[in-house]
Amino acid sequence: MTATLTDFGIAFARVAFVMMFILNLGGLLTWVERKQSAIMQDRIGANRASILGFRIMGLFHPLADAIKMLTKEDFLPARADRFLFKLAPFVSVFFGLVAFASIPFGDTLRIGDRVIPLQAVTLNVGVLYVFAMLSLGVYGVMMAGWSSSNNFALLGGQRAAALMISAEIAIGASIMGVIMVYGSLDLMEIVRAQGAPLLPRLFGDWIPAWGLLTQPLAFVLFVTAGIAATKRIPFDMPEGESEIIGYFVEYSGMKFGMFAMADFLETVVIAGLTTSLFLGGWQVPYLHPDGFVFPWGATLHVPHGLVALLQVGAFSLKVVVMIFIMMLVRWTLPRFRYDQAMRLGWLGLFPLSILNIVLTGLVLLLVGPRA
Amino acid sequence: MKLLQRFYLREVLSGLGLTAAHFFRNMRLHAARALGRKDAHGAVTIQYPEERRPYSPRLRSLHRLVRREDGSPRCVACMMCETVCPARCIYIVADEHPNPEIEKIPARFDIDLGKCVFCGFCVEACPEDAIRMDTGILEFSSYSRGGMIYTKEALLSLEPAGADGVPTSPVPIPADRRVVGP
Repeated sequence: MTATLTDFGIAFARVAFVMMFILNLGGLLTWVERKQSAIMQDRIGANRASILGFRIMGLFHPLADAIKMLTKEDFLPARADRFLFKLAPFVSVFFGLVAFASIPFGDTLRIGDRVIPLQAVTLNVGVLYVFAMLSLGVYGVMMAGWSSSNNFALLGGQRAAALMISAEIAIGASIMGVIMVYGSLDLMEIVRAQGAPLLPRLFGDWIPAWGLLTQPLAFVLFVTAGIAATKRIPFDMPEGESEIIGYFVEYSGMKFGMFAMADFLETVVIAGLTTSLFLGGWQVPYLHPDGFVFPWGATLHVPHGLVALLQVGAFSLKVVVMIFIMMLVRWTLPRFRYDQAMRLGWLGLFPLSILNIVLTGLVLLLVGPRA
Repeated sequence: MKLLQRFYLREVLSGLGLTAAHFFRNMRLHAARALGRKDAHGAVTIQYPEERRPYSPRLRSLHRLVRREDGSPRCVACMMCETVCPARCIYIVADEHPNPEIEKIPARFDIDLGKCVFCGFCVEACPEDAIRMDTGILEFSSYSRGGMIYTKEALLSLEPAGADGVPTSPVPIPADRRVVGP
């Protein structure tokens, strides 16, 4: 009985860690967005919210946002579909939250004779699971557009659906190469395989076989399509806050806040997925389960707990760097017009992804798998 | 468009490089400022209520009535400013001055700042140099139209701005507002 309770506790802790990670990071992104855009544009950024005169670089602004959203009027349009209208933001946020479950944030952790995989859910089809959840997220957006009984909202929902389809296809096709190279759909296995040296006959043990190096074209395609999947600039034609009206035009208060939150959560998910597929996930270069083994022959023993800590730290750092890049894109590029985005998705990303699959297959055929 | 441009990628990367360069330069300056280098500015913005740009000495700001040595207004209620005012925002009621050498004194001198267009004609028209617009005060506001009417007493209490244009007297509180906070 105690063993099962412990198992339950461990499972709960794994899920709780991922939930805390993604929720805190997602909440913090409102602050990051304000501050990073300000610093990029030679401004200072929101810094006026204070508690007892303390401003701590505007970190209270997310809190002030939440209070504002919660205390605003929660408006329900007279002819809206009440059930779907209220359900839509929850669907958006829910699938953003659960998508992170199969992304590993560390290798296994040994406590006593227990071996705990540092991953909320151990799935052997982890990649497919994340894509399924990301694709389901668009249902919330379409629901919102449909149930608002507002033509502009409906058009916004349709734009979101069209964008999502063209982005998801490119995402799915672009990571086929990664799956072919590492030979698994399990994200944990993919990350583990990225620790192996790249072309050992040529470079020795110097360069780890991260996806960025084995699949550079897929990386560019995936990040582009991933940004499109988050519905943020330069692919924000579903929302278009500034001039074209988006699917959440009828929403107010915290329901609107949840749609904004879902965008940030999706950003974190795409960043986590990019990290796992292309940036070596929790891999620290030259760090093996027993410690560092440097290619010039030196070794450095690291205790097991510290190894796990380093891996989680490396994963978090890579996710943060990836988010920084996505924010940089969001505050640099102008929005694609609708037809431009469609052309980019169907005539740019998708054929290139197929080309990438063919090239990867050819290379694998010539040099043999796992080379 | 050239083929290279149609792939967007190179243009996108050069754009990202530009913004990233701004980001890291400004972060370095912010860090230097936090570490005590007061001449490092990571932003070009001015934190307005705390920091101000110096105003020009010619700036036409809130009016003030110039006082004589005994504190009474220098104004002789000649009605020149009231006459010249294109917005008709000045209202003067003249009274007998106790000193026989001075003919009149304003019993009331109200300026409706809700109507004032800050043209400065009143200052130019005044033969006694009794009204000036050099207080440097620009932040006056009110919750009602009545609150925008500044009386003789309020206008008499104002001082000219310093050499850098910074106001030396506090912003007059309109009649419909109480002072809250610091």
